[in-house]
Amino acid sequence: MKIFLTGFITLVLSLPVYAAVEEVNIYSARKEQLIKPILDRFEKQSGIKVNLITGKADALLKRIETEGTNTPADILITTDAGRLHRAKTAMVLQPAITPDIEKIVPSNLQDPDHYWIGLTTRSRIIVYAKDRVKPSELSTYEALSDPKWKKRLCIRSSNNIYNQSLVASMIVHKGEQSTEDWAKGLVKNFARKPKGGDRDQIKAVAAGQCDIAVVNTYYLAQMLNGKDSTQKKAAEQVAVFWPNQNDRGAHINISGIAITKASKNKENALKLIRYLLSPEAQTWYAEANNEYPVIKEATLSKTLKSWGQFHSDSLNLKELGEYNSQAVRIMDRAGWR
Amino acid sequence: MSKLTVHQIISGHQENQVLNRIDLNLKEGEIGCLLGPSGCGKTTLLMCIAGLHPVQDGEIYLGDKLISSKDVQLEAEQRNIGVVFQDYALFPHMTIEKNIAFGISKLNRKERKQRINQLLELIGLAGFNKRYPHELSGGQQQRVALARALAPKPGILLLDEPFSGLDVELRESLAREVRSILKTEGITALMVTHNQNEAFAIADSVGVMKDGKLLQWDTPYNIYHQPAHPFIADFIGQGALIQGTVCDCHQVLTELGLLKASLPFGATIGDKVSVLVRPDDIRHNDDSEWKLEVTNRAFRGSHFLFTLKLPDGEKVLCMSHSHHDHPVGSKIGVELEMDHAIVFPLQQESEMSTAFATLMESN
Amino acid sequence: MTTRYNKWVVIAVTTTLLLTTPLWVLVSFLFEPGNENWLHLVDTLLPEYIINSLWLMFGVTIGSLTLGVSSAWLISQHDFFGKKILHWALLLPLAMPAYIIAYTYTGLLEFEGPVQSTLRAFFDPQTVNAWFPEVRSLQGAIVMLSLVLYPYVYLLARTAFSGNTQQIMNASRTLGAGPYRRFFVIALPMARPAVVAGVTLALMETLADFGTVQYFGVPTFTTGIYRTWTGFGDTTTTAQLALLLLAFVSILIAIELWSRKKAEYFAQGTKSASLPATKLSGHKSGLAFMVCLIPVAFGFLIPATQLLTWSIQNAETGFNSEFLTLIWNSFHLAAITAIVAASIALLLAYVQRIHNSRTTRLSKRIVTLGYAIPGTVIAVAVMIPFAWLDNTLDSWMRNTFNISTGLLLSGTLFALVFAYTFRFLSISLQTVESGLKQIKPSMDDSARTLGANRWTILLKIHLPLLNRSLLVAFLLVFVEVLKELPTTLILRPFNFNTLSVKAYEMASDERLADAGLPALLIVLTGLIPVILLSKAIGKSHV
Repeated sequence: MKIFLTGFITLVLSLPVYAAVEEVNIYSARKEQLIKPILDRFEKQSGIKVNLITGKADALLKRIETEGTNTPADILITTDAGRLHRAKTAMVLQPAITPDIEKIVPSNLQDPDHYWIGLTTRSRIIVYAKDRVKPSELSTYEALSDPKWKKRLCIRSSNNIYNQSLVASMIVHKGEQSTEDWAKGLVKNFARKPKGGDRDQIKAVAAGQCDIAVVNTYYLAQMLNGKDSTQKKAAEQVAVFWPNQNDRGAHINISGIAITKASKNKENALKLIRYLLSPEAQTWYAEANNEYPVIKEATLSKTLKSWGQFHSDSLNLKELGEYNSQAVRIMDRAGWR
Repeated sequence: MSKLTVHQIISGHQENQVLNRIDLNLKEGEIGCLLGPSGCGKTTLLMCIAGLHPVQDGEIYLGDKLISSKDVQLEAEQRNIGVVFQDYALFPHMTIEKNIAFGISKLNRKERKQRINQLLELIGLAGFNKRYPHELSGGQQQRVALARALAPKPGILLLDEPFSGLDVELRESLAREVRSILKTEGITALMVTHNQNEAFAIADSVGVMKDGKLLQWDTPYNIYHQPAHPFIADFIGQGALIQGTVCDCHQVLTELGLLKASLPFGATIGDKVSVLVRPDDIRHNDDSEWKLEVTNRAFRGSHFLFTLKLPDGEKVLCMSHSHHDHPVGSKIGVELEMDHAIVFPLQQESEMSTAFATLMESN
Repeated sequence: MTTRYNKWVVIAVTTTLLLTTPLWVLVSFLFEPGNENWLHLVDTLLPEYIINSLWLMFGVTIGSLTLGVSSAWLISQHDFFGKKILHWALLLPLAMPAYIIAYTYTGLLEFEGPVQSTLRAFFDPQTVNAWFPEVRSLQGAIVMLSLVLYPYVYLLARTAFSGNTQQIMNASRTLGAGPYRRFFVIALPMARPAVVAGVTLALMETLADFGTVQYFGVPTFTTGIYRTWTGFGDTTTTAQLALLLLAFVSILIAIELWSRKKAEYFAQGTKSASLPATKLSGHKSGLAFMVCLIPVAFGFLIPATQLLTWSIQNAETGFNSEFLTLIWNSFHLAAITAIVAASIALLLAYVQRIHNSRTTRLSKRIVTLGYAIPGTVIAVAVMIPFAWLDNTLDSWMRNTFNISTGLLLSGTLFALVFAYTFRFLSISLQTVESGLKQIKPSMDDSARTLGANRWTILLKIHLPLLNRSLLVAFLLVFVEVLKELPTTLILRPFNFNTLSVKAYEMASDERLADAGLPALLIVLTGLIPVILLSKAIGKSHV
């Protein structure tokens, strides 16, 4: 019993204690391994202490919401625009993005009301089996519901935010009814029940379970650059197709950043945002996850360069957030699990 | 013809031999009883017969069928030997009826029902069919365990300390009841107990065991009156051992005088021997010239049990009517009323002295 | 039995009420009207959630029963090759988080994985494709969950089988019952309360599982709850869905209670010295060995080997000082929670012992509900009241003293430990309770007649006697916290990382191989308590 007690006291005393210094506190939905190194660099250069919690976007948002005016969070980072919009609607952000920041980022990648701004972009593209599909057979997202793809398409679950955003963009462009019809056609073309992540869809194409798949650019790029040789081999068997190049462009999304309403370190937060949009940080930050930087001065990763230029959907990304629940309902009704 | 034959059974290993060359026989319909202190191996013997314990050597026959030996070990479930366990081991999740029916699942429904009711009738629990074991008293559970064991009409029934969990008052009456049930069923049975009253109440033959050996196998009368071993003399009934000297082949000289005795062992004249003196061998009589000092007295309701000191310091027991009270230290008159003394060789000195010590303590 | 005011009861009820705040937060959502999202769910997905959850429960019941009971029976009643090691090795899968075993088997058995590729190399690929079962399916989820949850059934069934039943087994033998009849008609029904308790634990975990079903694409209550929250951003519907899940669980608990009621008299009967286990020889011994090896191999050895392989493949980003911090964080978080949970379990069980009333029984039941609530839901339900308390206190202090106290509880380890305690108290409570039951009430009475008060009895008599049960309670919760993910993810303080968070961040980024090392470390850290656990249980029948 005594051992228990002393052990307990030692454990309690060993809990981390935070002192108040120049600091900035981040709630990040972006994984630690993809952000910590650049934050460390910022910390060294600026002398501002960076505190970080990573987690799922909705949990972090809920946490800021319940913590209210006392939330320690200065910054919220998400990996999609929809969540930033949701945070804005939940009134936990402030319109703090200054014009000097806004002018270096394309206007469709930021909130018109100055609440949030994009840090990187990625596109949701079609990949196809090089040996079984000719690129000429592919054209648009809409055409994926064509019966000729019956039992040939792989896509992950509708639980996934990237699919929700894609469908949301379809709603904006095509209206609710035709999006639902499209979704129903798409579901009929599924080669298997949706399971796994985007990498799994690529692997399934390589293995011949399906012929085409819809995935985010960085997953394919990471597979090509990763250490796992089987993944690399699988990725090499598929090719990239940029959809809708002749009309609105390929669907894109961002990882973005916003300052909370209750932020006590607003100036430090702005400093961090400026840093993250500097060419140095943008190059690293984009490369770490094989994403596209949002400023022109930054360089692309080798893989992304090899895929060439593409025309992207210029839809303001806040719309993705606005139509998210409708998108989910449409997918539910279409039987997209 | 023997129903059960146990021949030269050994169980356990060298350093820890639980059974050491046991022999015994039970005739068809006979009820036998093994008596002995705890740890003497009697339960192990029972488990060997039941097939729940392996034997290292010797044979056990049921009728003329070999069921246990060094090489043969018929599974317990194939022996058709019923066992009533010390804690009854009733199946707690089954009703009384189901408990009894367990061993007769091969009978058809009607026969089974008939047998169950017949047995419940026999044990005086008719109508208890749907009760659960935990709803019964200890004595009732005990009788259910008996009925359950009897249901398949086993070749032989084994009972392991069946009354030990019951009130003292209940034990003897239940033992007599069980005897009449067994006799009604005409079943051969072997029971284990450490209580002689139970044994005498139930058994046709009694065996006394000690340290893995069967010391004597005989009728209850002979076990009491002609114990073959000082341990038995001590274990069964009360008594004291005093020293004596062999005078001739029919008499022994002791502090109590010259006693008639048979000398079954090769004792010669002049040998020192031990002589068993039961309390009823010495009668208290106030008129007697022969007076002995009272060193201890115990009131037993119907009588007094006095411990008396002989001139050489040896002690004997004496019973008297309960209205004959004499204080410790006083001298009372006694007379000898013994027609045949039981004599043991003196070599078993240590055994005798311990036997005597426990005897005195128990008073 | 008394309903008078009693300080022990007051303490117990207060503890329960405080600890179950998350539950009351959830219940408060019940009074909000069902909105359009709820109606949408009822129209589209809810039936599927219910059906899949039921199938999952059914499958895991069969799976954990088969694996747990057969191995427990063999180990407790027989002597065979390898028994000494299997005896404790059968507990090893307890250290394997369900989502991690799901990752590893996906890696091994998926279409592109080594097993299928090898088969395709040797046999006709078309036939292999047609016949090879899909891992990521409802059936797959059942197998995964059964493989890591059967130890609960094994643990409890083994204790029941080796309990006071030896003489009864002998009795049934002398009545002509062969091994099969003995098992199915006597041993199994008698061990039923223990087996049901084990299955209940397994099922509560099944219902709370998110990682496996999410990864396998099986829509269940938990994925539905998560999806409602993330897809619609609708807390109300999320909470209502969670409450519906709790209704399921309550039925489960009711069944378990009913089963336990019968257990009261099962435990009666004198303790008899257990006779030696039946020695199996030859092919029977080999068969028994195989039966017990299968769950260990599939539930532990194979996935652990896969994790090890992944870790080695990633040697360059391998073990560094960061992992020491992760291990320490995981370790001390688990230790604190396990101590707190064991203490509260002792308090509640003890109060019920000295004051068995409807109030104390009910408060104990409510506390155990936490085990079946998915970690995500608990985390949010903890966050809400804690933040409210902090903010209320803060504004009061500001108004009165012009001092801001900020967030005192939210975002601290306290909140995290609180959430875990509520989630896992059920496990420690069950263990402590069964330990306490083995101490005869006459012991309390005799101590009281010797002038000891309740405290003295607890400290001087019960605690020493309960040492082992408390240890088991501690270890079980320790292992659970080590494996737990969503709660940590949502409630942790700044810069506080654990092994499971690390494994998750890698795995959810679809970097399975990188998840190998942290996952392996979870399993290895969990191994120590699991081995201690089996040692502790080996010495006494807790």
